[in-house]
Amino acid sequence: MIKKNSRFSSVYLAVMLVLMYLPIVLIIAYSFNKSRLSSVWTGFTMDWYRQLFADDDILAALINTLILGVGSGICAAVIGTLGAVGMAKAKLPAKGTMEYVATSPIITPEIILGMVDLAFFSLIGLKFGMLTLMIAHTSFCIPYVYMQVKSRLVGIDPSYVEAAMDLGASRGRAFLDVTLPMIAPAIATGMLLSFAMSIDDVVISVFVTGVGVNTLPLKIYTSLKVGVTPKINALCTLMFLATLAIVLLIQLSRRRNGARPSGDGENKTENE
Amino acid sequence: MEETILVLDKIKKSFDGVSVLNGIDLEAKRGEFITLLGSSGCGKTTTLRIIAGLESPDSGRVLLSGADVTDTEPNHRNVNTVFQNYALFPHMNVETNIAYSLKLKKKKAPEIKKTVAEALALVQLEGYGKRMPSELSGGQRQRVAIARAVVNEPEVLLLDEPLGALDLKLRRQMQLELKRLQQTLGITFIYITHDQEEALNMSDRIAVMRGGVFEQLGSPAEIYELPRTAYVASFVGSANILTGRCAGGGDTVAVDFPGGTGSALRRDWQGREGDSVTLAVRSENVQLLSSDDSRGIPAAVTETRFAGGMLRISSKLEDGTEVVISRYGIGTDLVSGDAIRIDWAAENAVIVLPDSEVAHE
Amino acid sequence: MNNSMTTAKRRNRALALCAAPLYVFTLLFVLGPLIYMVILSFLTRAEVWGVVNEFTFKNYADLLQPVYLKTFGESLKLALLTTAIDMVLGYAFGYFMARRPPEKRRLLLLLVMVPFWTSSLMRLYGWVIIFRANGTLDTVLMGLHITKEPLKLLYTYPAVVVGMIYALLPFMILSVYTSVEKMDWSLVEAARDLGASPAKAFLTVTLKLTLPGLLTGVILTFIPSIGLFFVADILGGNKVVLVGNVIQEQLMKVHNWPFAAAMAVVLMAMTSLMIFLYRKITHVSELEGMV
Repeated sequence: MIKKNSRFSSVYLAVMLVLMYLPIVLIIAYSFNKSRLSSVWTGFTMDWYRQLFADDDILAALINTLILGVGSGICAAVIGTLGAVGMAKAKLPAKGTMEYVATSPIITPEIILGMVDLAFFSLIGLKFGMLTLMIAHTSFCIPYVYMQVKSRLVGIDPSYVEAAMDLGASRGRAFLDVTLPMIAPAIATGMLLSFAMSIDDVVISVFVTGVGVNTLPLKIYTSLKVGVTPKINALCTLMFLATLAIVLLIQLSRRRNGARPSGDGENKTENE
Repeated sequence: MEETILVLDKIKKSFDGVSVLNGIDLEAKRGEFITLLGSSGCGKTTTLRIIAGLESPDSGRVLLSGADVTDTEPNHRNVNTVFQNYALFPHMNVETNIAYSLKLKKKKAPEIKKTVAEALALVQLEGYGKRMPSELSGGQRQRVAIARAVVNEPEVLLLDEPLGALDLKLRRQMQLELKRLQQTLGITFIYITHDQEEALNMSDRIAVMRGGVFEQLGSPAEIYELPRTAYVASFVGSANILTGRCAGGGDTVAVDFPGGTGSALRRDWQGREGDSVTLAVRSENVQLLSSDDSRGIPAAVTETRFAGGMLRISSKLEDGTEVVISRYGIGTDLVSGDAIRIDWAAENAVIVLPDSEVAHE
Repeated sequence: MNNSMTTAKRRNRALALCAAPLYVFTLLFVLGPLIYMVILSFLTRAEVWGVVNEFTFKNYADLLQPVYLKTFGESLKLALLTTAIDMVLGYAFGYFMARRPPEKRRLLLLLVMVPFWTSSLMRLYGWVIIFRANGTLDTVLMGLHITKEPLKLLYTYPAVVVGMIYALLPFMILSVYTSVEKMDWSLVEAARDLGASPAKAFLTVTLKLTLPGLLTGVILTFIPSIGLFFVADILGGNKVVLVGNVIQEQLMKVHNWPFAAAMAVVLMAMTSLMIFLYRKITHVSELEGMV
């Protein structure tokens, strides 16, 4: 019975994975297709990549995307990390509510985030463009960093910091020497997640971008509505590779982190 | 040995309205090995954390070398701790862990190197400097934790059940090593354990803690031979606790029990004839007599059991008090329900304070 | 004593200072906009452009027009359909995945993570290639002589449904997987040992214990499925109109911001209600296995 079950589950997993990857594989395949139509295969070419790199618009969008991804990732990392550290121990007014609101972008439909930002930014008279994009992206990236760092902070045995202080470190010094290295992988993961979210975002960007400021996803979105050229296939392929690299990096950092049992908690005997 | 290093003066502490320490007083001399012994929840770890500065007391003072450090942050106290889980920094190797406090003191690199090497030699871990804590066994981590704490040359070293996570064999070995280390360094050790054997083996003085107070503070011999309270007597060496009524006597007090009479040395007991007397007598000092003997107190066997190389016979007095008798040997004809009489020599019984008279305010 | 009080105070101040940027940013750029949205939804649209500060319920009243009610109904229907199908597909996937040996599990997780993090726009575009007339699907089906002419699936309701299911499936898989993976299997064995059939054990133990993960998946699928206007855009042409599309249209084309705000407020209320129910049911304050 178990055997039959596991054969069924293997087939199921395989079929679902094929379906999951099929659209992606097709895009990649057609990005090397000579024909302009993505329905017939007429031969291998790198032309679309060449055209892609010759397209100033796309290069500008690429640069914007990177600036936005890195910028909002860093902003989110700083605000989110400091926030998680502060909120973890400090007595602050309305802490619970604030935490809920700060992480709410993760559970709010993107279209609402986009529209409220659009309305609010025009209310306070911000000029739409890179600045508004940066603020909007930072706001939906903060929860990722915040939650990563918070869950790591909770998992750290307080005796490490106590040991550092016991050995002569001030609180600030103990934070830098002990807590920070321990939460560093969480910050890195949060930042990578933020970067991945930012470089893929369409919905929010559509609302808060300004005239002439394009990002790659916006570029793809427009061309999907207007008419696709195989250049877009090439662009998608490259973006997919970037995402793949980030996911692998995250996995790697998680595994390295997980593969180092620190001994905390394991040997702990009953305490008072 | 004369100089007082650490003073705890009427330390009180409560958490969320539950009082954990109810007035702890302690004076520790230079080079003394003091053990806080008690079961979990007695307040021993809190006492240690207050000495380290990781908790602050609600009232009372902590003096280190005569200076009041009650409100001093842990990093400004010349006290170091070996944590229960060792708390070795997982992202630093053994050397960096040990050198941590020296670097904070801005010592020169060659000096740090020399001190670390000495510390590693002291705990017999030469050559392990580059290992990460995760690559060490429990016993090795323990040694690193000690090395890290002593390079700082603290006036007092605090150890929170440092052997708790080790297996029995390693524990015995580490007990000897810790004692040797303490004698070499001449540092005052405040040591926490719930293991009475460990406490008796290693300490100069033992404080038996319960309910946030020291029930007795004294040398291992005093604690073992002359327990002050019923709890101390039963916790250290699991003595039988019996309560009877004083039937007079001078240096030796006669004590009436249902159906018979026992005796104990008076020492400093102030009671008179008719007063209630609680005494402690160790199971190996209880003599087993046949039921037709005229001496002793009648009892009934409830269970016989062979444990730890000894035959342990449990019995019940007529008032329901349980008395355990242990003897060397294996065989016995006794079975549950048999009537016996028990007795003991007066010099083997100690008059103790019953639980009801011990202050746990 | 005083001294230590001030130390504690100083420490709290330092920590508060750390949290300050988060507070300021959240108040200004998360809470501020949300509050403004609510206010906006009660304001009056100006004749030509912009908003007049006149209080009105008109925007909410307008929502009751049949055309918008129908849009809400359509969106809800699609979201429910998507969520239900994803629940079945995703639960099976997550469950089977968690039952693999650890090495394979890691690989499978990676294989699910990659599409999860890949732009959903791009993944949907892949379906355009499949669905379009004479696209991959037609080529295969006609090549196998199953169909004779192009199916013209692109810009139909089924195409939107497939796109939605596909876009949101990884959320469901990952939520369920997290829950199943940390489940204590000895409990299932105990149930079997006590006489439960495999099906009974699954229903009474496994499903119960993994319910939080399944519900997280439901939330993470349902909420975005209402707002993903570009799925209907790309795969549905303008044949399928969802709340998201209307909001976008009202904002960007019609410029009736108060009305869009009212719509968003209703949408927000619906999602908040779902989260509230989730917390009631699971007694968990944070969504399980979210990041």
